[in-house]
Amino acid sequence: MTREMTGAKMVVEALKEQGVDTIFGYPGGAVLPIYDEIFLQNDIRHILVRHEQGAVHAAEGYARSTGKPGVVLVTSGPGATNAVTGLTDALLDSIPLVVLTGQVPTFMIGSDAFQEADTVGITRPCTKHNWLVKDTDKLSATLHEGFHVATSGRPGPVLIDIPKDVQFATGTYQSAKPTGSRYQPTVKGDMAEITELVAAIETAERPVFYTGGGVINSGPAACQLLRELVDATGIPITSTLMGLGAYPASGDNWLGMLGMHGLYEANLAMHDCDLMINIGARFDDRITGRIDAFSPNSQKAHIDIDPSSINKVIRIDIPIVGDVGHVLEDVLKVWKSRGRKVNREAIAKWQEQVSAWRKVNCLAYAGSEKTIKPQYALQRLEALTKDHDRYITTEVGQHQMWAAQYLNFEDPNRWMTSGGLGTMGYGFPASIGVQMAHPDALVINVAGEASWLMNMQEMGTATQYRLPVKQFILNNERLGMVRQWQELLHGERYSHSWSESLPDFVKLAEAFGAKGIICSDPADLDDAIMEMITHDGPVIFDCLVEKHENCFPMIPSGKAHNEMLMGEADTKGAIQAGGAVLV
Amino acid sequence: MSALHIKKGSTRHSAYNLRPTFSDQEERHTLAVLVENEPGVLARVIGLFSGRGYNIESLTVAEVDHTGHMSRITVVTTGTPQVIEQIKAQLGRIVSVHEVHDLTVEGDSVERELAIFKVVGDGDKRVEALRLADIFRANVVDSTLNSFIFEITGAPEKIDAFADLMRPLGLTEVARTGVAALLRGS
Repeated sequence: MTREMTGAKMVVEALKEQGVDTIFGYPGGAVLPIYDEIFLQNDIRHILVRHEQGAVHAAEGYARSTGKPGVVLVTSGPGATNAVTGLTDALLDSIPLVVLTGQVPTFMIGSDAFQEADTVGITRPCTKHNWLVKDTDKLSATLHEGFHVATSGRPGPVLIDIPKDVQFATGTYQSAKPTGSRYQPTVKGDMAEITELVAAIETAERPVFYTGGGVINSGPAACQLLRELVDATGIPITSTLMGLGAYPASGDNWLGMLGMHGLYEANLAMHDCDLMINIGARFDDRITGRIDAFSPNSQKAHIDIDPSSINKVIRIDIPIVGDVGHVLEDVLKVWKSRGRKVNREAIAKWQEQVSAWRKVNCLAYAGSEKTIKPQYALQRLEALTKDHDRYITTEVGQHQMWAAQYLNFEDPNRWMTSGGLGTMGYGFPASIGVQMAHPDALVINVAGEASWLMNMQEMGTATQYRLPVKQFILNNERLGMVRQWQELLHGERYSHSWSESLPDFVKLAEAFGAKGIICSDPADLDDAIMEMITHDGPVIFDCLVEKHENCFPMIPSGKAHNEMLMGEADTKGAIQAGGAVLV
Repeated sequence: MSALHIKKGSTRHSAYNLRPTFSDQEERHTLAVLVENEPGVLARVIGLFSGRGYNIESLTVAEVDHTGHMSRITVVTTGTPQVIEQIKAQLGRIVSVHEVHDLTVEGDSVERELAIFKVVGDGDKRVEALRLADIFRANVVDSTLNSFIFEITGAPEKIDAFADLMRPLGLTEVARTGVAALLRGS
């Protein structure tokens, strides 16, 4: 079907055709024609954010909690440059986004026009792909291709830059063609490699699954297949920060998160295993620690849809390029057809070892009756919210790691956090995006006060759209993780790592027309959390916690998985100069 | 074929053509990258090299298929085998890249480069320059009473050797195209 229409109308038509129901944006001179078309229709909801960075993070929250691409519409120049942090965040965490930016008219490009920026140039390294559309006749096809590229293969953000004259001009609208794109990444894994992996599973004595965000990106079916495989083989499973929820935290074989602040049992299982099966994770430096001491005695298999992830940092013995869902289906098929064999005796012994590690109880901490320990706050939050239809977002820092350690995720798409880029200010706008997608769910942003302030302007968005997002701020009046590193690495010289002149968060909430709660006594905490949950509207919860708590366990930079710090007693001289240069 | 549609045994891909162990020896590889000829595609390729800290020894680019709008980028790079594999995989990820060929491992290839040299001098040096140019089969494409411009085509090593000889004879300027390369046979 082809029809004549303006470029601006094409944008709205293409979004409708792609099944978009919500977009996050901020108007400006170079996108006015598109905003005019949005005004004239009712199928797509537009959420007006208060800053373009907020729009992109909100779209990320929407995308990660639904599995659908998030859509953003911003203007040229500053609108586009403000989106750059969000684009980079989405690229590193493989979140599908379609970001539409206005641009000055084609005949003014290059003239340093008002609100002109080289948007495709600036965003080339922080998008999966981007386009500058100079011809209205090519606009609809580019929009459809944008959705295809963002969502196929390894997902990621794409950006389409649309000059204002292209929006005004009339052209021919083309519908999406089902097989119209040349870009078709491999999804089926190589059967010979899959068979080799199955053979390795059959004989391994100390196998471990190491899973990541790729399982969640592959979809609910992939998570189901993973659960089936883990439960049928009895192999212990750990996950990266991004992969939490793919396998349920209540599952028998669950080790907890691994990595720098991962659990003792997870990291030791990685270090001592003889077969490591990486599914949709990427051997990030937060995971591996010291590369030359990383899991020294294991055979390593890696399932990933992105060929460049394989052998990037860790040498792989069994590489499988493909979509996690497709590959796991084949792995299960081959494993079943060969008689469902595993080395039961050895795995039982391995499980015993894991149980012994679990008994170390690495998440134990010194409780207090006077002050709220951040760990305690999260344990209570978990206890009081676990039976709700609950989604958690976080900011970045100590609170993020504690949330990953103390909250349990039973299902995928319930945990939204900035993993790769570590973007402070991610969690609040992300919670807005999640709440838009799931209006009746309990959406909580676990935050630190410093991160939260980075995008606090979105309070306006939350109250405007009556989004009952709960901002659970663990307020230690410090940049907690920075402070922890300064304590361990920089002789306790706390250079600029405290939050001076904090607002009164209760009054701040009220100023925006929301509810504010403050709590500083552990005895009041449960009631205060219940008050937050039951309030129908946005809440800022100012939870005053212990100011100098450190996040453990911790693998210091430059150390191996079996060199974890378990608590304050281990920290003296633990980090040497070699580790100090790392981040 | 899609750049990411990788067949087993293909050399265009990081995972399946690993040597038993990675060595730390730097290697020189010539890669042929077939790309969609669209605005910004060269910036994508170059940005990948600079952004990830890879080396470019030489790079040539031109449209080779006007109807299909395809360009061929020939890039000579150095790195350890692991880095070379990573470069190929990263190039393959770029949406506008159709194919990546490693001419150094896929078979014998022919490499040619064109260079022009300006040599200024008189007397014996001028005669000697002309004599050496003849040996190297370089052509004189411009001449004044005290200068020549030579044109020479060949493998990069031959051009290097010619430059070394011309330097004491009054070489003042060099322009080189970078390497163009093709696999031998059908």
